[in-house]
Amino acid sequence: MNDHGEYRSYCGTLCALVLGLVSIPAAAQGVADYSPVTDERLRNPEPGNWLMFRRTYDGWGYSPLDQIDTGNVAGLVPAWTVSTGMTEGHQSPPVVNDGVMFVTTPLNSVLALDAVTGDTLWQYRRQMPFDIRLGHPTNRGVALYGDKLYMATSDTNVVALDAATGEVVWETVVEDYNGGYYMTGAPLAVNGRIMVGVSGGERGIRGFVAALDSETGEEVWKSYTIPGPGEFGNDTWPGNTWQTGGAPTWVTGTYDPELNQTYWGTGNPGPWVGDARPGDNLYTNSVVAFDVGGGAITGYHQYHWNGSWDWDEVSAPLLIDITRDGQTLPGLVHAGRNGYLWLLERRADGIGFVDAEPYVNHNVFTRLDPTTGRPEYDMERKPGLDKRATFCPSLHGGKNWPPAAYNPISGLLYIPANDNLCTTMAGEEVEYRRGQQFVGTDIRETSLVEGADHVGELQAWDLDSGEQVWSHEFGEYSNWGPILTTAGGLVFLGGTADRYFRAFDAGTGELLWRTRLNSGITGVPSSFAVDGVQYIAVQSGWGVDAAGSQRRVDGLFGNPETIVPQGGVVWVFALPRD
Amino acid sequence: MTDGQDKHLPSGVRRQVLRGLCAVGLAFPAAPRAQSVTGTASPPAENDRLVFAYGERAGQAIAPGDLALGAEQVFAYPMDPLTSEVRNGTRLNQLVLVHVDPAGLSEQTRARAAEGIVAYSAVCTHTGCDLTDWDTETKRFQCPCHESQFDPSDGGRVVGGPAPWQIAALPLKLVDGMLAVAGEFEGRVGFQQPGLDPLGGLGT
Repeated sequence: MNDHGEYRSYCGTLCALVLGLVSIPAAAQGVADYSPVTDERLRNPEPGNWLMFRRTYDGWGYSPLDQIDTGNVAGLVPAWTVSTGMTEGHQSPPVVNDGVMFVTTPLNSVLALDAVTGDTLWQYRRQMPFDIRLGHPTNRGVALYGDKLYMATSDTNVVALDAATGEVVWETVVEDYNGGYYMTGAPLAVNGRIMVGVSGGERGIRGFVAALDSETGEEVWKSYTIPGPGEFGNDTWPGNTWQTGGAPTWVTGTYDPELNQTYWGTGNPGPWVGDARPGDNLYTNSVVAFDVGGGAITGYHQYHWNGSWDWDEVSAPLLIDITRDGQTLPGLVHAGRNGYLWLLERRADGIGFVDAEPYVNHNVFTRLDPTTGRPEYDMERKPGLDKRATFCPSLHGGKNWPPAAYNPISGLLYIPANDNLCTTMAGEEVEYRRGQQFVGTDIRETSLVEGADHVGELQAWDLDSGEQVWSHEFGEYSNWGPILTTAGGLVFLGGTADRYFRAFDAGTGELLWRTRLNSGITGVPSSFAVDGVQYIAVQSGWGVDAAGSQRRVDGLFGNPETIVPQGGVVWVFALPRD
Repeated sequence: MTDGQDKHLPSGVRRQVLRGLCAVGLAFPAAPRAQSVTGTASPPAENDRLVFAYGERAGQAIAPGDLALGAEQVFAYPMDPLTSEVRNGTRLNQLVLVHVDPAGLSEQTRARAAEGIVAYSAVCTHTGCDLTDWDTETKRFQCPCHESQFDPSDGGRVVGGPAPWQIAALPLKLVDGMLAVAGEFEGRVGFQQPGLDPLGGLGT
């Protein structure tokens, strides 16, 4: 008997009926009166809601709620918690729409929860193909639009769920996971388009951003972040290297409604060392502007050309007005993995360079062109084929994917930084094998800047003056903490292997509150309000690159490996009720 | 239930899984994700020859002399000796071969080796990445994704990193002087997905 026959003999009709379901509504309670999410609500969310990855299209990570403030945050206590049942890196924000919370987990489960009581309303569990390579078993959250929610999956699908029931409405294969593609970022919903990016910069992919129709899941456009033959920039790649050159887009873009442009960061080229593919390698390590309507690339700025350091610049720039010479400019602000803080200008016809300066120890750029921002390199710091080089910041960068935040009241930008780390690397020839690692490095070692006494930092910057206003150091821990800032004058983050979740005074950097959670926190914190009560929410759940990075840092300081038990938990905090 | 890895489960285990699933009324994904378990996706069988998976000699049979002592792993697939069909329809059949010092082999590993050549599943048991890296000093496989290390001289056991258990071993023998499969995989190919334990039904 073949396996199909054996299957039928044991399962019979009942199983045949349910075969094919990937959604498992655990509690089947559902949502009674779900509030549809309109474009207007996404552009101007109610203060009590957190409707997307960074709450607003500008990427600020800012909540206008101020009930929890510098004066009372020390009294913050847990309101409820729930386990996700998953291990590995929990990175998604608790997204909240009128009292209904949605969180995603590694392996693409979704939990719908009553945001006040913690009741489970429904659960979606995805079943991955057994032959998948989960390079980064994580997910960064849902997008909401209309009566649905959307998630990009590790097996490179986008799935649309009924937000009230968790039932699958449609599912679209965006790419073939066997080709090295996978998806971890939250989709971006704009004007009936569901936009997604991809991972796979270490596996010889050709990166892109795709937009699907929110109702049907049909692909509306797909714009590659490496130009093909005949397109502008293809000549920055030798031969056929553009086909496997990377430029992934694994962090959600930001959006300017006035220009109808969306801004996505792109990751490293592959293989890792630049002389494997001489040229600028557009549009790797760049910010790329796309027209939301048709997907045309309307502008770009490449932070560094011919990348050789694995400095993915995937974090989307924040849309912040900046003042220069008495003029207010519509800015794009990016704390680069390359260790520079970039100020750019967004325009209808492109992206302009304003200013940039290092915010951590950096030894590669010797000069920036004052007009274009194009860096010149100390070539001794640029690894190559059979060429060893030591460079700072390390390959994990001054800031990795955890998002920075901007508070319009303090006027400060907050950066989750890692300072004083360097990498020594040498390249080697590597053969492309579909779906496999396509990195081509021989040596990869991490080191500390001489005399350094710390790694992790939370930095606050005044963008108009170009000055760092304050910094908090996390000692011998690296910092992988996404940031929330609020109108209560607060900055929240976890990010360190000691499992603390903290609140700082946004103006002064004073640590006002901290509490230890079950596991390390690399989840994006959010804030919401229901019935006049403000809450702070975050997922804990250590794993992925944060875990590997801390293991190296432990070794550099001569410390035993920090034990950080895994396991995801949603935590919701509030002030004590009288 | 015809997805790639399931065929590597012993048939008794597979039946338990199916019973468990039926009992709770849950099911695996529908046909689009399913793969055939016949043809090139069928698991290695006794007497299969081993052939190079990549490079100029892709598809050619491998002799023990093709692997230098202590050198990095060679990627291989099993090949049906009757049809000459290479079983490369699923990456779950991909193997890593190394030539290790016979003096350093554990007893169990020695029994699976052929002239010092040992074969393992190329799929890391942590999150399923390919074991493409080789630590030249310690002579161990290393996963490029999260740096799990496995000792080929000692049953592929975990010697570093987050992997939860050893990689599956494939016993070898020689047929006409060429490397061939001596039996089924020993151990589970692939990784365990949280929330879904194939041996215990759907998880927490």
